[in-house]
Amino acid sequence: MSAASHGEDGVERRDFLVITAGAFVGVGAVGLVWPFVDQMNPSADVLALSSTEVDISAIEPGQSITISWRGKPVFVRRRTEAEIAAAGAVDLADLPDPESDDLRHKEGKAEWLVVLGICTHLGCVPLGFQGEYDGWFCPCHGSHYDTSGRIRKGPAPSNLEVPEYEFLTDTQIKIG
Amino acid sequence: MSFQTDNKLVKWFDDRLPLVTVMHHTFVQHPYPRNLNIAYQFGSILGVMLTLQIITGIVLAMHYTPHTSLAFDSVEHIMRDVNYGWLLRYMHANGASMFFIAVYLHMFRGLYYGSYKAPRELIWMIGVVILLVMMGTGFMGYVLPWGQMSFWGATVITNLFSALPVVGDPIVTWLWGGFAVDNPTLNRFFALHYLLPFVIFGLVFLHLVALHQKGSTNPLGIEIKGPADYISFHPYFTVKDFFGFAAFGVIFAVFVFWFPNYLGHADNYIPADPLVTPAHIVPEWYFLPFYAILRAVPDKLMGVLAMFAAIGVLFILPWLDRSRVKSAAFRPMYKWFFWIFALNCIVLGYVGSQPAEGLMLIISRIATIYYFVHFLILMPVLGWFERPKPLPTSISEAVLAAKAGNSAGGNA
Repeated sequence: MSAASHGEDGVERRDFLVITAGAFVGVGAVGLVWPFVDQMNPSADVLALSSTEVDISAIEPGQSITISWRGKPVFVRRRTEAEIAAAGAVDLADLPDPESDDLRHKEGKAEWLVVLGICTHLGCVPLGFQGEYDGWFCPCHGSHYDTSGRIRKGPAPSNLEVPEYEFLTDTQIKIG
Repeated sequence: MSFQTDNKLVKWFDDRLPLVTVMHHTFVQHPYPRNLNIAYQFGSILGVMLTLQIITGIVLAMHYTPHTSLAFDSVEHIMRDVNYGWLLRYMHANGASMFFIAVYLHMFRGLYYGSYKAPRELIWMIGVVILLVMMGTGFMGYVLPWGQMSFWGATVITNLFSALPVVGDPIVTWLWGGFAVDNPTLNRFFALHYLLPFVIFGLVFLHLVALHQKGSTNPLGIEIKGPADYISFHPYFTVKDFFGFAAFGVIFAVFVFWFPNYLGHADNYIPADPLVTPAHIVPEWYFLPFYAILRAVPDKLMGVLAMFAAIGVLFILPWLDRSRVKSAAFRPMYKWFFWIFALNCIVLGYVGSQPAEGLMLIISRIATIYYFVHFLILMPVLGWFERPKPLPTSISEAVLAAKAGNSAGGNA
């Protein structure tokens, strides 16, 4: 080893080579790993199905339909006056996941409730017009939801999720 | 120098399952001849290629559908919709070609330096089995996209077995699972294409156990005699191998990113049509020499047998070669015949890619005959006729003499 290859602090040319080569291999390996990870994310054709339009003109008060959005069930329920009143009359302090009914429907569209049909406990699909609050009842572990889709009793931690949606016309909504 | 550590957990573990010791022995301590040249690069490259093919293959299988009505579209789905699907598929398709390039170079290395000779016959024979399984895997993989070349390649190759007398037709029906190449065929090819790489993995393990038992050959073809003849795997050959991965990776990347379809056939982007055969049908480049042998023989059964014999003859090569000297460097006649043989293989590959008629047919017949003459006549006969050059007494002596010669001539 010639004296010229030693730095003053004992750092050799070889140390530099090992570190730079190692760094390049490391960055290259990480760069190569990413495509193998990302290929498991939703593909372009799956993402293209991310919004669904629904015609709601045929739904009568007191009826509910279930539609498929991104492979998941969405409940579109046309609530009766009594159901809206029941949902609005609850003291928020009594709720496990306090949320006002007004925030769970579009403004001036209290009749229409759109919620994701997936129990927030472990992902089962709750049954409509059942349970102690006449909203939804999950058969898997007994969670009761009210007519606003809020959790009232049972193991589920939170309310049924309200997906992102908008009214295109009075009879047409777009979910997602 | 065996594995030593002060770490109590590692000691506890290694005492019960000597994984660390085995890995240390294999990848750190194992002695290799100090004079290995670039021709000894391809074994480790093949290990990397096999791993890469398995990983990209598993990932592709997550998106591929093995059904005649969906397979072609699912491959296009991979190309257009799946995140980085184009990259993964091109890596897998070109990876197969790179795998065969490396395996052929690895085998030519073995032929040149006599790696198949005693006491390494089993290393070589396991290697030939690996080649056969690789060919089966590559062939079935090419069928999966269910394009025109996939379909007709599958039809032609499976029909090879119909050449067998009496049992031929029942065997072909059995292979197909029907009366033509169809969905059952595609399904079983997918299952086997997924399985066989793991079989190869097991065979590679045996290949390496046998290699470590007798040690690597080297360009001088003489055995390690003392500590001056070898150096440890790490860091000397780890560095050399990583350099090889980088160089080979550049070539691989050029194909994947700039010429991803150069080694394929445009016809395979046409969905399979069982009613129309493409005008000119050829296998993938790595089968061309064997395809040329198949077509060179005018008889159906004999052609098929000649093609299988072309690989079968490799099994008995360790006993066909009667020379005691391993390396071609010390075999003045074999050295020439080796290069003629290599050229002959390239000629076979070229004529295999051309329509079998006129001059091409004549060339393919001469080259086919020469292929077998090389193994069955030249190899045994050379052992008696050839007068090998004197071998050096040890690897270190030869290496140091060459070094002294270089510095006396070059650096003076």
